Amino acid sequence: MEAFTTHTGRAVPLRRSNVDTDQIIPAHWLKKVTRDGFEDGLFEAWRKDPEFVLNQEAYKGATVLVAGPDFGTGSSREHAVWALQNYGFKAVISSRFADIFRGNSLKNGLLTVVLPQETVDRLQQLVEADPTAEVTVDLVDRQVRAEAPGQSKLTADFELDENARWRLLEGLDDISLTLREESSIVDYEANRPSFKPRTIEV
Amino acid sequence: MGRTLAEKVWDDHVVRRAEGEPDLLFIDLHLLHEVTSPQAFDGLRKAGRQVRRTDLTIATEDHNTPTLDIDKPIADPVSRTQLETLRKNCAEFGVRLHPLGDVEQGVVHVVGPQLGLTQPGTTVVCGDSHTSTHGAFGALAFGIGTSQVEHVLATQTLPLAPFKTMAITVEGELPDGVTAKDLILAIIAKIGTGGGQGYVLEYRGSAIEKLSMEARMTICNMSIEAGARAGMIAPDQTTFDYLQGRDHAPKGEDWDAAVAYWKTLRTDDDAVFDAEVVIDAATLAPFVTWGTNPGQGAPLSARVPDPASYEDASERLAAEKALEYMGLTAGQPLREINVDTVFVGSCTNGRIEDLRSAASILEGRKVADGVRMLVVPGSVRVSLEAVAEGLDKVFTAAGAEWRHAGCSMCLGMNPDQLAPGERSASTSNRNFEGRQGKGGRTHLVSPQVAAATAVLGHLASPADLSDTDVATPAGV
Repeated sequence: MEAFTTHTGRAVPLRRSNVDTDQIIPAHWLKKVTRDGFEDGLFEAWRKDPEFVLNQEAYKGATVLVAGPDFGTGSSREHAVWALQNYGFKAVISSRFADIFRGNSLKNGLLTVVLPQETVDRLQQLVEADPTAEVTVDLVDRQVRAEAPGQSKLTADFELDENARWRLLEGLDDISLTLREESSIVDYEANRPSFKPRTIEV
Repeated sequence: MGRTLAEKVWDDHVVRRAEGEPDLLFIDLHLLHEVTSPQAFDGLRKAGRQVRRTDLTIATEDHNTPTLDIDKPIADPVSRTQLETLRKNCAEFGVRLHPLGDVEQGVVHVVGPQLGLTQPGTTVVCGDSHTSTHGAFGALAFGIGTSQVEHVLATQTLPLAPFKTMAITVEGELPDGVTAKDLILAIIAKIGTGGGQGYVLEYRGSAIEKLSMEARMTICNMSIEAGARAGMIAPDQTTFDYLQGRDHAPKGEDWDAAVAYWKTLRTDDDAVFDAEVVIDAATLAPFVTWGTNPGQGAPLSARVPDPASYEDASERLAAEKALEYMGLTAGQPLREINVDTVFVGSCTNGRIEDLRSAASILEGRKVADGVRMLVVPGSVRVSLEAVAEGLDKVFTAAGAEWRHAGCSMCLGMNPDQLAPGERSASTSNRNFEGRQGKGGRTHLVSPQVAAATAVLGHLASPADLSDTDVATPAGV
């Protein structure tokens, strides 16, 4: 996984709640067997509308998505995270993420930042008023900062548990970390009851 | 202090616990399907890793599989490639696979329980959010992403963040014609699509205890639609009776040891839940969705809500967008919404009891003119059982299409899809925009409501049917 320390880029406001993973990447894209090439499927249905925020010239090249509450609900498809990354997003900000989506994002180095809804609203207003505003998502200091000429500066601290933060900052591979615990796994396996189900005899 | 069911199962699977780190949990059963596994197997190959426990892993083909002409090559080359990729991966890594055409093939969440692999007190994962289904057995079961699929394949464990517990207590009797599906839709409408976020839900109370295993699976299946980490129901005699004698259920002394353990899997009287919701079963009615997320639902007797009635701005906006997408107007009676498609199937409602329930309503009746009804069994075994009972004949005599097993129109990855603007009454689990096909409109319903709707051509419950086959004129 690529490490995430801090990122600065322009942001795009997505004023919708309950953006489910079927909207982020529709099911027919899930037939692909790779982790890349999903950028054209991102929000595919909505992007057919020329007015959709991602189609607006002012937001071209934005790398931070400022979304409504309950982002990433529904299906466990990690393709939703890959699609956002393939498109160019480095971070998503929302007041609430669905659990599986959030887990998937952090495992891929897409930083999902939880901020209070009022702060998300202010950030959306800020980038709507000035799409050239630069937004910094700083994982080192756990802080989001945004600034635009003629607007008051926005600074908001966010929480992320220390372990998840460390893994992101270091870009660590979860499987390698777990395999360091090989002896604990072997011990656990040795003590499993014999009545536990098996799919095949080995 | 006592522990909840979820905490007991969790504690029994901790491989390693350390301050400041997520617990490392052992996974008892890993289910795979073709959609979320290819990139995980690729990851293993790149790192030169093996599947650690092939004896705790099983795969089936379900999302892409056609429900017609299954003896012919799959027409869509991309779907075909994905299925072939699963076959190659399972052969290379030694994973048991039930491919299309196999008697044990079917929707992964129907196959696990019917083989007896889903057992109380186990941890079950799958790269599929509806893995919550297996919680009906008192298993801790949850959907995972592809990175985690790879992690489980390589290590048979997962590092997991702590969870909170929520009791959903349902007391009393469900009225006639009110099913597990109506109950879970009502629960989601009550707590919202984010209401369960961070929680493992435990469904309990006298109304839950009276439910069959299949009804319990319907409920736990949709826990994810409330945003929950998982949903669980304490195992009891109903659970043990369902499991006994199944292929992979424990036998002999192992059975006795297993049941003795399973009986300990109940929330202690002095355990404290982080949150509790209480529902009176007697107040429930057939429930349908009107919007584009599973929390946007109402009793069938209600009207389409007015977005202006929502105090919360984001809910109001969501309702406005939902009505626009669904082509509905505020105040319209739900019963007057016409459909052109009815889908009975999915991991939510594709089991034998669901098919029996729908068939009992269709018997001697006809699907309304202009309505297409698809009946898709959740697995080949379910299909065979239905055929043995003559249910397929009931469906086809009514004018419904009897199909082969798979996920089918629940998510339209195979050819079974809604056309733009088409409207369905569907026993599946998600009414998201475009879920059943681009521009398609979905109303989530129970199998009974689906069948009555097929007969009348508009959203309806069995109570709306007259004794004759004559369809009443519909509104809209």
